[in-house]
Amino acid sequence: MTESILGIILSALLTENFILVKFYGICPFMGVSKKIDTALGMGMAVTFVMALASAACYGVDLILQALSLTYMQTVVFILVIASIVQVVEMFLKKAVPALYKALGVFLPLITTNCAVLGVVLVNVQEGYGFLHSVVNGAAGGLGFTLAIVLFASVRERVDKAECPECFKGFPIALITAGLLALAFMGFSGLKIF
Amino acid sequence: MDFKKQFKEGLLTKNPVLVQLLGMCSTLAITTSLFNGLGMGIAVTIILICSNVLISALRKVIPSQIRIAAYIVIIAGFVTIVDLLLQAYIPALSESLGVFIPLIVVNCIILGRAEAFASKNGVLASAVDGLCQGIGYTTALVIVCVIRELLGSGTFGGGLLNGGEGIRIIPEGYPAMQIVMPVGGFLVLGCVIAGSQFLMKKLETRKMDKEAAK
Repeated sequence: MTESILGIILSALLTENFILVKFYGICPFMGVSKKIDTALGMGMAVTFVMALASAACYGVDLILQALSLTYMQTVVFILVIASIVQVVEMFLKKAVPALYKALGVFLPLITTNCAVLGVVLVNVQEGYGFLHSVVNGAAGGLGFTLAIVLFASVRERVDKAECPECFKGFPIALITAGLLALAFMGFSGLKIF
Repeated sequence: MDFKKQFKEGLLTKNPVLVQLLGMCSTLAITTSLFNGLGMGIAVTIILICSNVLISALRKVIPSQIRIAAYIVIIAGFVTIVDLLLQAYIPALSESLGVFIPLIVVNCIILGRAEAFASKNGVLASAVDGLCQGIGYTTALVIVCVIRELLGSGTFGGGLLNGGEGIRIIPEGYPAMQIVMPVGGFLVLGCVIAGSQFLMKKLETRKMDKEAAK
């Protein structure tokens, strides 16, 4: 636990960006990045769930450790994440119907987003404390949002550009993402302790 | 049940990675050496067969309202088993795949096949489907791995052949390091999918020409 909070935020946002460097959450990154608005909505929802899941799974992991059941981590964590997503969905439906409507389809999709399970597993492996876990979750989610919004804004233009027949659609999107990842490589080596 | 058709779908026309575009995270993240690609492919294939069989066997018992949760628990169970087995018997693979082994739980291929195939078909057909889709996934992984390893590290079969070093094809100092880094993952997979779309279209037009000639 030598890393400072600022260091965690910086690395989750830029140098170790969840999508472009660590490859967590590629499915929604590719699937929900056709428009900037929806990309932003997805990003915010994921950030929220990631922070909440980090906090909840920190507690759950303590219980698992006390019972020496740590080998059940994967099963338990995915259940916790699925139920958090469900609760968030029900809460938003009652409390903030406008936001619920805007997010709609994306909410249930978050369960199978590897970024959420990924961040929880990384928290446990790195042995982060409660505060560090939550910060890592939230910052990771913001990094996800940053990457998906940038990518969506590039993609809106790329879709209209001409390219070889066999590259149309998904392949050109992957190449675009590759160039974006190349730009993010420039951040590597950036460190604050 | 049509084994030949299922095999062709898994490998070519409905290849999980190249056509259905599922399971992108692992395809991009771990395809840096042949060892990783084969290991991941085989692990996913085994989990896919097991979860398909169990879900298909239980398909009449699981209420449809909570089926997704039930599927995820079944899949997570098998993933944990494979994870522990790898840690015990192939620690090198477990170390190099790292967090991506537990992340197989959220690999969309497995949940996708459970929902699309195993929940509607018999046990044997589901097992065959798991095997075929798994082989398709492994093939795609291996293709990406071989290209990335050759261009990025200049070797073939890293981690497996030649005592783990791999057979050197391009002399040291020449390969482009970036290809084994995240950037290369996106670029190579993009080109591989474009290539497969190109080939698929060519096969289709040839087939149509043949039919027209008749």
